[in-house]
Amino acid sequence: MSDIPEGTPKPEELATIGYEPPQQGWMDTPAGFKKGTWSYSAKRKFMEHLGLPNPRDWSPSDEDWKLPENWKEIILEGLRDRLDKFRSLRLFMDICVRCGACADKCHFFIGSGDPKNMPVLRAELLRSVYRNDFTTAGKILGSLGGARELTVDVLKEWFYYFYQCTECRRCSVYCPYGIDTAEITMLARELLNLVGLNIGWTIEPCSNCFRTGNHLGVQPHGFKDSIEFAVDDLEELTGIRVEAPINKKGAEILFITPSADYFASPHYYTLLGYLALFHEIGLDYTWSTYASEGGNFGLFTSHEMIKRLNAKMYAEAKRLGVKWILGGECGHMWRVVHQYMNTMNGPADFLEEPVSPITGTKFENTTSLKMVHIMEFTSDLIRNNKLKLDPSRNDHWRATFHDSCNPSRAMGLIEEPRYVINKVANNFHEMPENTIKEHTFCCGSGAGLGNDENMEMRLRGGFPRANAVKYVHDKHDVNLLLCICAIDKATLPPLVEYWVPGVEVGGIHELVGNALIMKGEKERTTDMRGEPLKGKEDKGDV
Amino acid sequence: MSAFYSISSSLIVVVGLCLLVLLGVGVADWHYPFGVVVPYVALVVFFVGIIYRVVTWARSPVPFRIPTTCGQQKSHPWIKANNLESPHNTFGVIGRMALEILFFRSLFRNTKAELRDGPKLVYGSDKWLWLAGLVFHWSFLIIVLRHLRFFLESSPIWVSLIETMDSLFEIGVPALYLTDGAILAAVTFLFLRRVIIPQMRYISLPADYFPLFLILGIGITGVLMRYLFRVDVAGVKELAMGLVSLRPTIPEGLGVTFYIHLFLVSVLLAYFPLSKLMHMGGVFLSPTRNLANTNRMSRHVNPWDYPVKVHTYEEYEDDFREKMRDAGLPLEKE
Repeated sequence: MSDIPEGTPKPEELATIGYEPPQQGWMDTPAGFKKGTWSYSAKRKFMEHLGLPNPRDWSPSDEDWKLPENWKEIILEGLRDRLDKFRSLRLFMDICVRCGACADKCHFFIGSGDPKNMPVLRAELLRSVYRNDFTTAGKILGSLGGARELTVDVLKEWFYYFYQCTECRRCSVYCPYGIDTAEITMLARELLNLVGLNIGWTIEPCSNCFRTGNHLGVQPHGFKDSIEFAVDDLEELTGIRVEAPINKKGAEILFITPSADYFASPHYYTLLGYLALFHEIGLDYTWSTYASEGGNFGLFTSHEMIKRLNAKMYAEAKRLGVKWILGGECGHMWRVVHQYMNTMNGPADFLEEPVSPITGTKFENTTSLKMVHIMEFTSDLIRNNKLKLDPSRNDHWRATFHDSCNPSRAMGLIEEPRYVINKVANNFHEMPENTIKEHTFCCGSGAGLGNDENMEMRLRGGFPRANAVKYVHDKHDVNLLLCICAIDKATLPPLVEYWVPGVEVGGIHELVGNALIMKGEKERTTDMRGEPLKGKEDKGDV
Repeated sequence: MSAFYSISSSLIVVVGLCLLVLLGVGVADWHYPFGVVVPYVALVVFFVGIIYRVVTWARSPVPFRIPTTCGQQKSHPWIKANNLESPHNTFGVIGRMALEILFFRSLFRNTKAELRDGPKLVYGSDKWLWLAGLVFHWSFLIIVLRHLRFFLESSPIWVSLIETMDSLFEIGVPALYLTDGAILAAVTFLFLRRVIIPQMRYISLPADYFPLFLILGIGITGVLMRYLFRVDVAGVKELAMGLVSLRPTIPEGLGVTFYIHLFLVSVLLAYFPLSKLMHMGGVFLSPTRNLANTNRMSRHVNPWDYPVKVHTYEEYEDDFREKMRDAGLPLEKE
């Protein structure tokens, strides 16, 4: 079954990209709202549940967006407020010299050719209004000074293009002043939110997460069922029944991972890997139904929403009385955890400085936050020879690794995953150097844009990533794209199906689970997916 | 706004500025306003303006620590941390900022994406912008330092040394300054790049062309005075020293080229704090570059942090108590 909606242009059509900008200047060219390139609006009930401004039924395709009467005042006041609160914003509004170094660094520009997807111009959409209302030069010179008035068309343009940025931060790597479009997009979205311009794919997960603890709206009993289901599956695959404690007070470690891990595929195989690993090392840990989500779509909504949703992690750690928190494979979750959580919801003085109970390693880089990334944890286990591994059980895979935007550019988690991959698998090939590590390309669907109605834009935005996968697929016959991000695991499968058929997507702990030799396990004939291992094709059940 | 409009409006303004001096000094004999009043006003605007802008930036707090990491974090001792690209202490931050400010580290990463048949995306190294930017800024700095000889009673050794180095090849009489050629070439490149590359043309504003024309005008008049119209250097020094010592005098015989040069410099100074040229100060404050990637090691405090509405565990358990009990999950309140 194909994940690509009908009516999506064929790859040959999509890859014919015109980079020549239109004749007409950008200030006078309104946003096009072509089908397949924008996201549906947020539903009234979710807006109301979260207490967000201007809940109503509307669609971006409507002429009338049902804005509050004083919308312009609200936006300009909101902008003034944020200029006073965020040095980043004020600075990024002022110092861009439009050198253009960022232009062809954005996956959306490379994939669409739309000049307003050049990070510099995306920021100018906001900057032009800033100049008009907040700078002397702009007030005097008007359009000659690059200023323009905020109109409904400008607002619609903001909505279109700030929901065409995945906050991946690739442009900020190349900017000589470190101007970060993610920061500009986050704050522009906050402004849009003030007048009720939200997209469904961010607000529904936020609302679910607020109520049930996770994006998918899985209630506590459903969570328990999912984990138990996974325990059963793992027993079938390995012959070992593992413990998976839930809401257990006094456990040493609280484990938090994105909800997709226990509810979506191929995330699920990574979950099996976690369960196998934690059993094998005898980890005293617990899952939580209340903090049953690592991800945080607040990051794609507003700083306030980040804090509201993130508060659960520390609150639950405190309630359960654990020593520290372990976090699973996720991208934007780790942006929030690494760069915001300590400031927003810390200090975590009720937790202990994390020490691996298996190796005794003290995680020196997280003595204040007290949360450890699973790649840091597992790489330490392997380094200290605490795991018995048979990498040949991954020989049916020829893997490459997609650095997720946030772990690489907001954390610097680059070598840990590579170390683990090389220990659990024999066939690993890197994509070209301009497309990995800090240069990595986004999946094209982050920041709440991974919805089906936005598929054409996702395929365009994911094109640079897919093209690099194609390179190693053609050259090294790569058939597995590894990643450590739940959004990647959800959105890369249709992307590679479209651009590079013949490549699967998986998580690193799926491969850890495959390679891990467990005490008392039955002879493994299949991997975590139930696919026969190399050389065991005949022995499997037919 | 069309590129033609942006370019022509900027050019007209700069040419107009030159004409203003031609008329004012050449015809109307306003030496004092152009030689003394304008430079003083410009300097005041420059310094007050820059201070105002920097203070305005500094008054906005940095609520979150958001460095862009461009290298390996510090984690395990057996994984080599990259302290320059993902700094984990103050030394790293200083090193990273020094590389950025002195050598334009980030711009050095620049690549050019190209879509070929296949479809195949290739990323070629593209260092021209970095090179032109570096040459331009360093030349500008050296030229400014060289000009100190006009403002100091006796040239310090290092100013003379810079001069000697800059005219190392002793081409022509007077010896050609390398930076004169370099800055004109670099500015020309930066201008042509804006005009020729379609995307650059599309994003460029008058505010991008105007300073280029202005600097080009300053460079050209400077070169003309040294190599063609031969300005009276002693006279220039007399005027400069008069300005510095707050006893301004107008020496005889300084040609109109000099006054154009001085006026364009004054305009540049006064324009500086109002414009994107403030990137000079801003780069020091950029939170994605000047903060250490130590978020998990030490807590960053947000000065305007405020409590938010959360869904507490107690409320959550109230919502789902029956279902949790039925599923055998532990409860706080039965």
